[in-house]
Amino acid sequence: MTAAPAQALSKDRRRLRVDEAAIGDRIYEILTTACALVIPALVIAIAIAIFAAAWPAFAKVGLSIVTSSDWDVRAGKFGAAPAIFGTVVSSVVALIIATPLAVGVAVFLSEFSPTWLRQPIGFLVDLLAAVPSVVYGLWGIFVLLPLLREKVMPFLRDTLHLGATPLFSGPAYGPSMLAAGIILAIMALPYISSVSREVLLAVPRSQREAALALGATRWEMIRDAVIPYARSGIIGGIMLGLGRALGETMAVTMVIGNRLEISSSLFAPGYTMASLIANQFGEATSDLHLSALMAVGAILFVVTLIVNAAARWLVWQVSRDRAV
Amino acid sequence: MKTRVARHWVSGAMIGLTYLAAVLATLPLLLILTHLLKKGAASLSLSFFTAMPKPVGEVGGGMANAIVGTLILIGIACAIGLPIGIGAGIYLSEKRSTPLAQSVRFLSDVLNGLPSIVMGIFAWEILVRPAGHFSALAGGAALGAMMIPLVTRTSEEMLRVVPVSLREAALALGYPRWRTSLSVVVRTALAGIATGALVAIARIAGETAPLLFTAIGNQFWSTALSQPIAALPLQIFAYAISPYDEWHAQAWAGALVLISMVLVISLAARFVTRSRFGAPVD
Repeated sequence: MTAAPAQALSKDRRRLRVDEAAIGDRIYEILTTACALVIPALVIAIAIAIFAAAWPAFAKVGLSIVTSSDWDVRAGKFGAAPAIFGTVVSSVVALIIATPLAVGVAVFLSEFSPTWLRQPIGFLVDLLAAVPSVVYGLWGIFVLLPLLREKVMPFLRDTLHLGATPLFSGPAYGPSMLAAGIILAIMALPYISSVSREVLLAVPRSQREAALALGATRWEMIRDAVIPYARSGIIGGIMLGLGRALGETMAVTMVIGNRLEISSSLFAPGYTMASLIANQFGEATSDLHLSALMAVGAILFVVTLIVNAAARWLVWQVSRDRAV
Repeated sequence: MKTRVARHWVSGAMIGLTYLAAVLATLPLLLILTHLLKKGAASLSLSFFTAMPKPVGEVGGGMANAIVGTLILIGIACAIGLPIGIGAGIYLSEKRSTPLAQSVRFLSDVLNGLPSIVMGIFAWEILVRPAGHFSALAGGAALGAMMIPLVTRTSEEMLRVVPVSLREAALALGYPRWRTSLSVVVRTALAGIATGALVAIARIAGETAPLLFTAIGNQFWSTALSQPIAALPLQIFAYAISPYDEWHAQAWAGALVLISMVLVISLAARFVTRSRFGAPVD
């Protein structure tokens, strides 16, 4: 045991440094893992907190919160069917308007646009997603609603004689399911178009060239070779837009008219689940009322979760091919 | 059987429709921006930024409290959302395909799609209800929670494109893993991470629904974190649905300020990445 002390010392030091590194690595790993674990914890906490708060209402009202249209706070009746109906209808109207536009823009940007236009148009469409919802609502109240009331609704109903169909009948107040659908369409558009653009760009060149070589016109190439290849991704983008539309609160609350009734006409005011919560939560007086609104939130949570998960899965199916 | 000419006509028409779609899709933004400029600029003056809201019937006044309130709320949100989001992003980029990483990635997408009103009532349930009063802190926390998944996914993406060779070089030089990660990998991707952070800030800056039952708004000057606080989006909402013309004018001015903030942050986000990599990364 007469080894040079200097040598032993340097060996010790080296081990010390290795230990230090190991401790540092350990701490770093624990810290980053903890950050990552916040996300599942948050999702679980949200699910538990909301379902726990909603439980009294589910227990008292049962399934009729989904099936009944009788929402009478004083009588303790909480049937949210009109709000669920409004959420679904406004979102469907939004998708009907937004999908052709969004896919059209995506096709334009990925196939036909001059190179110098690609960036600015893509940027302008993406910016739609950055506009705050309350600004859409403000614009909706003071620009869209008067326009609908004075021009669009009379035009649809009287000039085009669509008033004969239940969809476009009744008085034109302005605040309506149609207004909510239009606002939601503008808000969902950037989500659908950016996902669609991405999956269209993922379609291999050879696919396009093969179609053209077989004598297809440029449109036939898009229709028969490009779109089928990207289809599930585009549907994923639409679902993502749907997820946004279902949960959108402020803009819809400001233009939908907030009336708890199921009407077949798009001109009639309606309500959505999100706007029901936004309007009544602050004024809820009884515990059961609060709980019922939490229950509406729970339903909304589950529905958007399913829609978003499906969307991610569909998009992933297409982008997986590109990643390989 | 359609003739060749007919098929080319159809093709031309359909391509024309995609051009039309491009015009129609950019129209709403341009319309909204022109209306905001036209109506907002009319009631926008220096006092809008320095004065307090005036009671109904009096012309003028400003939203100084709401502007400061929004900045405070963004600050709280960043304090919560940025470290956790970036940390989770680092985790995901280093443990790419472990089961935990996969599920964290999926759940952050779930969280990202969560309606903001649901986040609002969740924050009310766990922060406001037990405390017994509304607070800036609860509002900021709700916004911060919304930032986490956004920051996580963009940070992960930015960290992933850092070449492995950089990491290997640092490890070969005897750097411990944590220093390699922090001072080589994270530092290389810093501009990208900053972009992600800015995009997330731009998104939560205009959020209203999570604040309705947490920060709730305040007509008076308050910067206390434990008290209700005013916020620009809340003020715009309250004024927009009020029946008074003076308040409508204020709402337009507020919306112009809010959207300018959001656009400046969004453009900054694009600029940060462009200057570094030569092309924007979305």
